[in-house]
Amino acid sequence: MISFEMPERIKNELQMAEMVARQVMRPNSRRYDEHEHERPVEYVNMMWQVLREQNKRRYEKMLSSDNGDRPEREGPNWSIVRLIALVETLSWGDAGMYLCTPDPLLGGAAIEAVGTKEQKVRFLKKFGEGDPKWGAMAITEPGAGSDNSAIRTTAVLDEETNEWVLNGEKIFITNGRLALEESDGVCVVWATVDPSAGRAGIKSFVVEPDTPGVSVSKQEHKLGIRVSDTVSLAFEDARVPYDNILGSPEVKERKSTKGFKGAMKTFDASRPAVAASAMGVARAAVEYTQEKLAEEGVEVDYTKPRHELSAYERDLIEMEARQKAGWLLTLKSTVKMAHGQSNRLEASMAKARAGETATFVTQKAVELLGPLGYSRELLPEKWMRDAKINDIYEGTKQINLLIVARSILGYTRRELK
Amino acid sequence: MLDFTLDEEQQMLDSTIKRFAEERLRKVYRDAEEDGVVPEDVVQAGWEIGVLPTGLPEAYGGFGEYSAVTGAIAMEQFAWGDLALTFNIMAPNLVAIPLVLSGTEEQKESYLPQFAGMKPPRMTAALIEPRIKFDPRALESTAVAEGGDYLLNGTKSMVPLADGAELLLVYAAENGQTQGFLVPGNAEGLTIGDREKVMGINALPLFRVEMESVRVPAANKLGGEEGLDFDRILNHSRVALGAAAVGVARAGYEYAREYAKQRVQFGEPIAHRQSIAFMLAEMAIDVESARLLVWETAWELDQGEDATRAATVMKYYIDDIVVDTADRAVQVLGGYGYIREYPVELWLRNARGFAHFDGLAII
Repeated sequence: MISFEMPERIKNELQMAEMVARQVMRPNSRRYDEHEHERPVEYVNMMWQVLREQNKRRYEKMLSSDNGDRPEREGPNWSIVRLIALVETLSWGDAGMYLCTPDPLLGGAAIEAVGTKEQKVRFLKKFGEGDPKWGAMAITEPGAGSDNSAIRTTAVLDEETNEWVLNGEKIFITNGRLALEESDGVCVVWATVDPSAGRAGIKSFVVEPDTPGVSVSKQEHKLGIRVSDTVSLAFEDARVPYDNILGSPEVKERKSTKGFKGAMKTFDASRPAVAASAMGVARAAVEYTQEKLAEEGVEVDYTKPRHELSAYERDLIEMEARQKAGWLLTLKSTVKMAHGQSNRLEASMAKARAGETATFVTQKAVELLGPLGYSRELLPEKWMRDAKINDIYEGTKQINLLIVARSILGYTRRELK
Repeated sequence: MLDFTLDEEQQMLDSTIKRFAEERLRKVYRDAEEDGVVPEDVVQAGWEIGVLPTGLPEAYGGFGEYSAVTGAIAMEQFAWGDLALTFNIMAPNLVAIPLVLSGTEEQKESYLPQFAGMKPPRMTAALIEPRIKFDPRALESTAVAEGGDYLLNGTKSMVPLADGAELLLVYAAENGQTQGFLVPGNAEGLTIGDREKVMGINALPLFRVEMESVRVPAANKLGGEEGLDFDRILNHSRVALGAAAVGVARAGYEYAREYAKQRVQFGEPIAHRQSIAFMLAEMAIDVESARLLVWETAWELDQGEDATRAATVMKYYIDDIVVDTADRAVQVLGGYGYIREYPVELWLRNARGFAHFDGLAII
């Protein structure tokens, strides 16, 4: 039965998240934007207190079962909806700071999805104890951006020591330094065990701090989300225990891409999250622009016919409409996932549209606010810089359109390149 | 709780109308459009699906509970088949829904049971006026109280099925406020003019209606002394039009998608090219997001909320989307898109009208 009502429990949590956004994120937004790479300690410490306890309960429950999987549930998994809604609200606060949330995040999702019980104990349990920790995911390489199958980082098994030896360079890793140098975190690294096998050879490995041969080789300076840690990692004969491989080490059939597709499934979960973050920034910009213009006496009269609307009113309505549409697409892709249904198409629809929408809406905000929109005294110029990343990472808008197009046309990547 | 799936009854209604749209509307829509003639048997069959009666309260001979969301689902499927025929089929709503929303008890009792029968009553509504700066909240037609009556004056435009209508719900301004008046088709001073010629929806007969001192008793004012909640009526109309626009947009998108898979140029289907495939992907996302906005507004209405803001924002978005989508459908078909043997040119003409269809449909 069609409904747009958020569950009460999630609504309450969103209220708390909004308080964090107002009191801890917004007042510090500008400072961390101007001091790139500084750790936003106020936000990190506050979130860690909450997340540590949540993670602890979550992993205890998960690891008490025989296989380390979460118990079968009845009905939709509302925690997925909760997460996506929280991402939206925290990004409404500050999209860069949200990315610094001390949590296993993407790396954790991969371990939870395919890890053994023993792996979950080793890599995830620590996120319920001690000091703040981060999880990261290393996929992109200088020669492998949208084309993940072009990964050249190699993993070779040293049978004598029973270790995987990793060589290569990974770039654009969110929280890579926080995960490997500044905390006892984890980083999931994609590498090929057989470069001649193409997609079938690509496997993922969990790398922990103090792994010999792993180093942070560069820290990026970015257009926006400057508080977020983005690094390159160098692997020079890096030695990783055999048991750190996620999933099977076998390169089964050369033509089989099952393992690669499994890894790509992570995106079905992460794309709604990126869309949600985009829509959080977009909502911030829409609301802020409405408030500021209202102070100038410009308010939308929703009862006017279109031809009576001023240019301001038209722009404000369009911003509001597009932000709303993007958020509803995001919610739909999320609810589908919560029901355990395939959401690949919906996730890419939401991601493609949300990234574009956040870009449009924040640019409009800067425009409508005049010289003050351009000023670093106010936040919209920052939001415009922050928003743009959502049009790029977790698959550019174009890659997501390609996925949507293939899906609606029933085409493979051979038919639609 | 947050859910984007139809319930069982909605699914049944959805698939029934989908089949009707494919098997009946899509068979006759082109001739109906070219000849400007309503295929009465098809409209009757559409009425018999019973969308309106199922939404009317049992106390007035209906079968259940009113839901704008369910209405939106029905509208989209009908309009996917053909917009003009949808407006024909749903025309009785133009009187029934405002009665449900704003009618007095006496008005509901005397009129609503007429909508529960096997034949649709011949009733329509007159809102639009023939001027550039038309505003449904600031009408030029007037209603002036005189004795126990109202005197109506003004010109209405694009009044569907006005010839032969037994009753018209005429909107006019009383002291600047839009009000509705139930006017018999044979009222003195009421002249049904010539059939109007418009760019699309030619299978929907539209008429100019002149009112010269048309006198109706005060009891015929919708909602009695208190009058009507016009925002609410307009919001319900916008949900209906928004849903219909989604249907038209989806028709264009689906047709272009199938065409692009079949049309071979340079040795392969044109859908193999990103320039075409991306257009289709954008169309798919537009349709999906437009539908969600319609549903959300409809849901707000069903919750009893004042959805004026949501309805305005949704309509603004969709009026653009439906034109863009229909235009891209024509573009994907290239030269064939411009030819009247193919449906997409009609969908573009119909799509362009949504910005002007206020009051032509309501759920």
